[in-house]
Amino acid sequence: MLLFARILIAFWAVLVITDTARATSPINIVASFSILGDIMSNVGGDRVRVTTLVGPDSDAHAYEPTPAAAKAVRGANLVVVNGLGFEGWIDRLITASGYKGLVVVASTGVKPREMKDDHDHGKAGAHDNHEATDPHAWQNLENGRLYVSTIAAALVSIDPEGASYYTERAAAYTKRLTDLEGWAKAEFSAIPKEKRRMITSHDAFGYLGDTFDIEILSPMGLGTGKEPTAGGVKKLIQQIKKEKITAVFVENISNPRMIQQIAKESGVKVGGELYSDALSAPTGPAASYTEMFKYNVTKIVTTMKKGL
Amino acid sequence: MNFFVDLLIEPFREYIFMRHALAACVALAIGCAPVGMLLVLRRMSLMGDALSHAVLPGAALGFLVSGLSLYAMTVGGIVVGLTVALLAGAVARVTALREDASFAALYLISLALGVLIISMRGTSIDLVHVLFGTILAVDDPALILVASITTVTVFTMAIIYRPLIVECFDPGFLRSVGGKGATMHFLFLVLVVLNLVAGFTALGTLMAVGMLMLPAASANFWARQFWSASLVAAIIAVIAGYSGLLLSFHLNVPSGPAIILVAGLCYAFSVFFGRYGSIYRRHKAGGHLTG
Repeated sequence: MLLFARILIAFWAVLVITDTARATSPINIVASFSILGDIMSNVGGDRVRVTTLVGPDSDAHAYEPTPAAAKAVRGANLVVVNGLGFEGWIDRLITASGYKGLVVVASTGVKPREMKDDHDHGKAGAHDNHEATDPHAWQNLENGRLYVSTIAAALVSIDPEGASYYTERAAAYTKRLTDLEGWAKAEFSAIPKEKRRMITSHDAFGYLGDTFDIEILSPMGLGTGKEPTAGGVKKLIQQIKKEKITAVFVENISNPRMIQQIAKESGVKVGGELYSDALSAPTGPAASYTEMFKYNVTKIVTTMKKGL
Repeated sequence: MNFFVDLLIEPFREYIFMRHALAACVALAIGCAPVGMLLVLRRMSLMGDALSHAVLPGAALGFLVSGLSLYAMTVGGIVVGLTVALLAGAVARVTALREDASFAALYLISLALGVLIISMRGTSIDLVHVLFGTILAVDDPALILVASITTVTVFTMAIIYRPLIVECFDPGFLRSVGGKGATMHFLFLVLVVLNLVAGFTALGTLMAVGMLMLPAASANFWARQFWSASLVAAIIAVIAGYSGLLLSFHLNVPSGPAIILVAGLCYAFSVFFGRYGSIYRRHKAGGHLTG
């Protein structure tokens, strides 16, 4: 009987030790892609260690999970994904890894944008206008703030001791996002509404466009995989010429040749590279969520001003 | 009359991208016809598909060295494609293994190597998607690349086609008269790789392999001699390119698949009604024999 009690005490001691160890060492959280990872580090601060599955300058549409990713997921205390169909591979990865913990969908509460995939605006009999949900919700800072509060709530639920820490950091970060949005609004106010048109290689900026009344045209439609059609390219070229659109951009993760060709034929210069689904490398111009947003808005506004 | 001009000519007159696409199709048609015919003769028809996977490590190495540079990735692709093709040819010549089997083995090794290299870098850009172009985005460098390779192909084929064909049917005879069969075959493999990799980077896999094999497979039903069959193949490819582009322009469907499906229709028609060996001919011949 005495032996049994001793064993119990030993067990209890081990439990206490591991428990205190856990409180001092950071908790492991996994983000599905780079932008989410940055938001999570901002909210979690020193109390968390963030692992990002799809890193900077990489395409989450084309990601193939590795055993290292499965290992990271299994060892995590919390997994955060974007949702809205952005990470088609995540369910299989979580099942395969054997992770049983909390999976938080960062876009919870976001009003999803139904994306009508039509190259020919207003023309009757458009051949492909199948609808799909646009997953790129982070391109609207209001959604970004929702992400922050969802992530903060999830962190509090798995690490209640840090509640005040997380809430404080989340509030500070939210304020930065609000300030950034105010700045962007002021920037766009310099451009008349009918001049707010831009062209990118795949429709990743719909949420940004909705916020600032920008009409966004793209030869490819949703996703990076779709093939352009000659008819679609023709309409885009006609539209650029007729409406004198100057804002033509390529993106950091896709083949720029189609857009370059269109720009050349319609006599406009490509305005540069925008960051849509992934941050740049740490040394690049868009290494964090806020920097990325600022960089994109600056680029768009500068090129649009050339067409005034 | 005006209606037809608008329908058939105006798109090319008005838009540079349509002219570029058509020019690329014509160049590809001329260069690919003799090469495709020989691939059919040599029973290597599936080599194109295999090669589109085999170039991956080259693209990946090019990416590692200089980031998303098309030139580095194309050069890497050509080097690796050549290595795979020549090694496969060599294995087939010095061992008992047939060329298609050695090709399959090597392209799988190459593909696995490519995936490994990409994942070592930890990035997940779909490199093949970035490297492989689309017919609507053919720019000046891509057009020059395709046209130069076509020129080289046609001239080289004119020089080496005789020994090559002899080798297809009777390698022993070629050796007995002192012909350099192996050298010719390797030269031919170089041409195949050049045509395919140039096609991949300029126009994408489907276009490159489709324009190589479908017209050649169809032409086989219409002509018996090598050059006349090649001519038929080139004409079919040009027709497919032209009408596919127009379909894509007017009906708003993706261009690559449109062009290849037109070529596919030509193939189906040839299978049924071709002059040599088609279903119709065989049926007629069978009728004669029994009747």
